[in-house]
Amino acid sequence: MLEYEFMRHAFGAAAVVAVVAACGGYFLVLRGQTFAGHALAHVGFAGATGAVLIGVSPLWGFLATTVSGGIGMGLLGERLEGRDVAIGIILALSLGLGLLFLHFYTAFAAQATTLLFGNLLGVDAGTLDILAILAAGSLAALAIISRPLLFATLQPELAEAKGVSLRGVSVMFLAIVAVATAECAQIVGVLLVFALMIAPAAAAQRLTSRIAPGVLLAMALALADAWGGLVLAYYTDWPSSFWITALGGLTYLAASLAPR
Amino acid sequence: MSAVEFRGVRLQLGERCILADTDLSVRDGEFIGVLGPNGAGKTTLMRAILGLIEPAAGAIRVLDRPVLRGNPAVGYMPQVRSLAARHRLSGWSFVASAAQGHRWGLPRLDAAARRDVSWALEQVGAEPLAKRLLAELSGGERQRLLLAQALLGRPRLLLLDEPLISLDPPHQRAVVELARHIQRELAITVLFSAHELNPLLDVIDRVLYLGNRQAALGTVDEVITGPSLSRLYGAEIEVVRLKGRVFVLSGGLEVERDEHRHA
Ligand SMILES: Nc1ncnc2c1ncn2[C@@H]1O[C@H](COP(=O)(O)OP(=O)(O)OP(=O)(O)O)[C@@H](O)[C@H]1O
Ligand SMILES: [Mg+2]
Repeated sequence: MLEYEFMRHAFGAAAVVAVVAACGGYFLVLRGQTFAGHALAHVGFAGATGAVLIGVSPLWGFLATTVSGGIGMGLLGERLEGRDVAIGIILALSLGLGLLFLHFYTAFAAQATTLLFGNLLGVDAGTLDILAILAAGSLAALAIISRPLLFATLQPELAEAKGVSLRGVSVMFLAIVAVATAECAQIVGVLLVFALMIAPAAAAQRLTSRIAPGVLLAMALALADAWGGLVLAYYTDWPSSFWITALGGLTYLAASLAPR
Repeated sequence: MSAVEFRGVRLQLGERCILADTDLSVRDGEFIGVLGPNGAGKTTLMRAILGLIEPAAGAIRVLDRPVLRGNPAVGYMPQVRSLAARHRLSGWSFVASAAQGHRWGLPRLDAAARRDVSWALEQVGAEPLAKRLLAELSGGERQRLLLAQALLGRPRLLLLDEPLISLDPPHQRAVVELARHIQRELAITVLFSAHELNPLLDVIDRVLYLGNRQAALGTVDEVITGPSLSRLYGAEIEVVRLKGRVFVLSGGLEVERDEHRHA
């Protein structure tokens, strides 16, 4: 299996992305913001297809829209609460817009499937490098803000009183999540980001009540899901994104049923 | 020395005036009960002392210094605590997240910070809660953890916003006594807001009663009187004392009770 270069790239990309996704996902679950990742992925779809249309790599279009979406969400903050209809319409609009952009693009079907459902086996060396650099950057940024982020998440009023800028932390965090979402979408596609980002993190939180072990466990589970999915895809010839989502779902189910 | 000093302070939220032209001085080492009906401005007053709300006029001094957001000498237990119940984290992780939580970097605690967390848990008798899941604690147990969190950094002024909410009378008594014990032990100043005076009656040095954009600070005998409360409520108020308890009545009905039951 590892004698093929595309498989080595796929394993590398899956590892890099799983680690970033799990860390971002852990805090998303803790903050009760899990749908932010899902929403950002949808917004990114319009950006990615727009980029394809003007001949730019979809990853850059994706990043540009998710990061601006994340910053916007952070700035709007509590004003987004209870706006599910408005948010839902924006998400639908993003997918619709993405569809329109693809309509003007000739290699329509292949590109659409790749963006929506990912293509782990199509990662080339250049993409892998970019994914690794983005991952290192977002992990470093997350490490820097993690302490005030945790404080602001668990005790916002007290954190504010102790001098933490709730809005600042939220904007920085969502910008990091936006990068993680863009990375994730390269692997499992826009529609399945939830599986890699949220399922392992939520499972980890059910299994341990401490924070550092929780983050490490989330990473390990995400990595196991991603690599496991890849191996299964290799032997069954079924899509890797299917296997990754299936394993993510199973992980979460098992964690929910596990005795404490 | 004064713990909190207001000089001609006017507090405004948006266009709304919450407190007009107020002078008051809380002495160092006092246990103050902060009272007043819903919306009187108890939370707003505490947020102003924390430096989260800038006075529209006048000046606030805290521990003889101009008010400063993030002052490590001020501990705070906020009123809104719905979030805490949801987390599947241990009591220790929850309390520890507030230890030097404003600093950048990874949330790793050094030995001094861990000692601080243990000390705070011990002060409120919450060591047995450290290993338990936040989501599985009772309201009163969670309250203890929040109190421990407020004690991190050994503050000299402690602001407790409605620690009695949703507790039954025996637990209310326990929390009040705990707060009093800590205040004596550490020789600090406590502002303790509540909806009802009676649970606090035995422990407070003075009351700060808010209402009608005004504030009255004094002993229970000075402040909890018909004329003084009538001014704060903007309505005719009667005060009845019965068996060591105080009842505040308006038109024969008790004003402090039912409006707060479900708060
Ligand atoms: N952002 C805001 N703009 C305008 N008015 C506000 C704002 N936030 C709160 N208020 C009003 O300020 C008043 C004081 O609120 P505050 O929370 O300080 O009262 P409280 O005494 O703590 O009440 P409770 O007993 O319900 O906790 C209330 O009437 C409230 O409606
Ligand atoms: Mg209040």
